[in-house]
Amino acid sequence: MNEILKMAFGSLGVNKLRSFLTMSGITIGVFSVIGVMTAVSALRGSIETGLSFLGSNMFQFSRFPAFGVNGNSEHKYLARRRVSLDQAQRYIEFMRGSADVICLKAFANGNPLVQASYGNHKTTKGVTFGGTNQYFLKANQFEIGTGRNFSPEDVDLVRPFALIGQEIVDKLFPSENPLGKLLKANDRTYTVIGVFASKGTMFGGSEDNIIMIPISRFLMDFGAEQYSVNIATESPSQTQYNATMEKGITAMRVVRGLRPEQDNDFEIYSNDTLIAAFAKVADVVSSGAFVISAIALLAAGVGIMNIMLVSVTERTKEIGVRKAVGARKIVILTQFLVESVVLSVTGGLVGILLGTVAGDGLAAVLSAEIVFPWGWAAAGVVVCTAIGVVFGMYPAWKAASLDPIEALRYE
Amino acid sequence: MSPPAPVETRPVRPVGPLVIAIEGVTKLYQMGEETIHALRGVTLDIRRNEYLAIMGPSGSGKSTLMNMLGCLDTPTSGKYEFNGNDVAAMTDDELAEIRNREIGFVFQTFNLLPRSDALRNVELPLIYAGVPSGERHERARLALESVGLGNRIHHKPNELSGGQRQRVAVARALVNRPSIILADEPTGNLDSKTGVEILALFEDLYEAGNTLIVVTHEEAVARHARRVIRLHDGLIESDGHVY
Ligand SMILES: Nc1ncnc2c1ncn2[C@@H]1O[C@H](COP(=O)(O)OP(=O)(O)O)[C@@H](O)[C@H]1O
Ligand SMILES: [Mg+2]
Repeated sequence: MNEILKMAFGSLGVNKLRSFLTMSGITIGVFSVIGVMTAVSALRGSIETGLSFLGSNMFQFSRFPAFGVNGNSEHKYLARRRVSLDQAQRYIEFMRGSADVICLKAFANGNPLVQASYGNHKTTKGVTFGGTNQYFLKANQFEIGTGRNFSPEDVDLVRPFALIGQEIVDKLFPSENPLGKLLKANDRTYTVIGVFASKGTMFGGSEDNIIMIPISRFLMDFGAEQYSVNIATESPSQTQYNATMEKGITAMRVVRGLRPEQDNDFEIYSNDTLIAAFAKVADVVSSGAFVISAIALLAAGVGIMNIMLVSVTERTKEIGVRKAVGARKIVILTQFLVESVVLSVTGGLVGILLGTVAGDGLAAVLSAEIVFPWGWAAAGVVVCTAIGVVFGMYPAWKAASLDPIEALRYE
Repeated sequence: MSPPAPVETRPVRPVGPLVIAIEGVTKLYQMGEETIHALRGVTLDIRRNEYLAIMGPSGSGKSTLMNMLGCLDTPTSGKYEFNGNDVAAMTDDELAEIRNREIGFVFQTFNLLPRSDALRNVELPLIYAGVPSGERHERARLALESVGLGNRIHHKPNELSGGQRQRVAVARALVNRPSIILADEPTGNLDSKTGVEILALFEDLYEAGNTLIVVTHEEAVARHARRVIRLHDGLIESDGHVY
């Protein structure tokens, strides 16, 4: 066996470029699936270990689901009534005593992209801009760096105040204290009352590139009829979580005026449902990667078969010599099979390596934890071995069945 | 052609048991419409410790016969027994085993693996015989020494002269201690001086107790053998211990 491996590497080394090109097909096929799987498992791992979308013990109601809206069902969501600020405030009333930390949020839809300015200073387009209340900090794990949080009165009195992220400070107030200054966002003017402590990046976007104003002000300035309010509720404790959510759903149904036979006309998410939704998206992406890599691997397998057939023809004389000195069929068969398996597995290992690096690279950009996908890597090696065997079988069988004297005579 | 050298200069060793027995062997090649009768019915016994030359003009069927004796090719009809076993009844793998253990074949064009060094080429039959690597290296090295190439074992074929390549081929034929050594025009691709060296090597092998069958169309080569068979148009014209 050792001998056969040595021979295989030897003869593959003779045609380095050709071997390399043949291998690269396998590499691409394995790369795509391993890359996606690595990224997905890294993200999934991070999400499950607490890098949550919502604060812990929180659930959220909104008009639209978080992700995975596909063409057909979009109508269903568009037909839903918006969640108005009035409904949200009645919800808060209902929940008083059961849950006090209830964050209301609405975000500019990004059309046009939001840009803020102060004097001659401008931010780039694409600032996260929205309205909220005093519980934004708690619900989204923000903290105040300098200045103060919104107060209930700021919301009640529809004050034109703003809390801004560190990136906005860097861009608009490079050499000034931002507190008390008037900045412009979407052509409206707001007084800066506080700066969020820097959070860094999450899922590829900076969380410091943000301007938040009181939700009442946001809806007044940009049209209450345009926006639906998201309601995030924090259960007082883990043990009361389910009961609180039950109560919250009931409150929402009352506020929305639903009759008992009507379905909920709002989405409910908790970290669990968000994880499930993520998993669904991940599954779609993964199946896509599977299809792509299956096609790539099939093509690569045919490439291996082709190159092995060429190799058998080129080495007819060598095969004749080996047979003349006593190589049995199975030995020749094994030799060529090992060559094709070495080709495909080497290609596969390179693909696994590159895929892991790329997948983890993506995961790192999205601040997820780095993983090595042992299971996928093992599956990749198994699949590549199978490809080598399946597509190498015919050429190897052809080599093994050559007539010794015909083979020796071949020029 | 020059007359043979006097017989008394060469010792004739007593022959041993029968190794090869062929009877009424024919070989036909179909070339489109035309049928070529390469062998038309050859009957021949060869014993251990013989030194046999097969002579004949080009196209007389020498190589065809030789390939058959070497179990590389099978007859169209007729009987071939090797060490008492019917070759026609053997499977491909059994034939491979006979070629591996019982027959050492030396080709006119050497047929060495170009990318492997001399040692590796000589090792090849031992690899297929399943000899472990330590013993294999040792035996291959000894075989190369016995043909005078002890200092060339790591040369590739293209780093060796024609005569040296043919010596490597002879070493490869010897290394598994076969029953017989078959050589098809072993000097055909060599200059006459190098050819003489190879023939001297064969003489040594014969005197050391090996069985040799050499195909040639040169009287000067055939003169070294102890028995000469003359083929003509696929038939044995004469068979005798001529010298
Ligand atoms: N593979 C083959 N296909 C067709 N004809 C062949 C083949 N091998 C040999 N022959 C023919 O058989 C005859 C004997 O050939 P060969 O044994 O090579 O003769 P020699 O070795 O004595 O020159 C020749 O006529 C040759 O053309
Ligand atoms: Mg010939």
